[in-house]
Amino acid sequence: MPDSVHVAIASDSDVVTARQIAREMGGDLGFSSTDLTLLATAISEVARNITTYAGTGEVALRVLRDRGREGIEVLASDDGPGIEDVELALQDGYTTGNGLGLGLPGARRLVDEFDLETRPGEGTRVRLVKWRV
Amino acid sequence: MAVPILKQGPFLIASIQAALTDTDVVRLQEDIMRQVGRFRSRGIVVDVTSLDVMDSFVSRSLRGIAHMTRLRGAETVIVGIQPEVAFAMVQLGMNFEDVHTALDLEEGLAFLQEKLTGEPGGGAG
Repeated sequence: MPDSVHVAIASDSDVVTARQIAREMGGDLGFSSTDLTLLATAISEVARNITTYAGTGEVALRVLRDRGREGIEVLASDDGPGIEDVELALQDGYTTGNGLGLGLPGARRLVDEFDLETRPGEGTRVRLVKWRV
Repeated sequence: MAVPILKQGPFLIASIQAALTDTDVVRLQEDIMRQVGRFRSRGIVVDVTSLDVMDSFVSRSLRGIAHMTRLRGAETVIVGIQPEVAFAMVQLGMNFEDVHTALDLEEGLAFLQEKLTGEPGGGAG
């Protein structure tokens, strides 16, 4: 696996591809199988948000190396409608779609770092990082 | 990829073979509902042993299958949730409390048999 992979997200099978690539990258870095599953699940949530709310976008995966630590950074970005109320979107159970409202708050709990940048009408960027324990 | 559904007596067994896309999950829901009516099934086992991710969509859909089949008089039991997947589901905040689960296919069938006859089914052995 290269250290950086971009996956175009346009359909539900791209969501599967993105999380499988992340699994391979994490596997190469020696992630535990639990951490691989947590990361893959988090990617599934943020990538599905792209197909559900924006239609298309991208998931960029990158290996991070920082003072002996290794991890994977996930950048999920789209040019969709953006999120009106970020605080609300990060609350369990809140959804403007027909899901459970677990996507963003759930993904946040599955990873070590979570940042969300969005503005109504200007798309959404979610950054996740999972470090190898 | 479509999920094969086998009929075994009064039960249906759906064995998920590979990573599921959302489309596959929706199709599985429809297929199970149709077959429950067609075969007058009393129970369904959905085997998720080979799933390495059960995100909120898949979890919600499986819960939906359990609820919908119950309305048709058939119990669903989800079997084979991997330990890592269970861990992730709990972290995610997924509520699966109203869904029957069992360790594996054998336990799942024993559970359904017990529901059907009121007697312990043939578990291990």
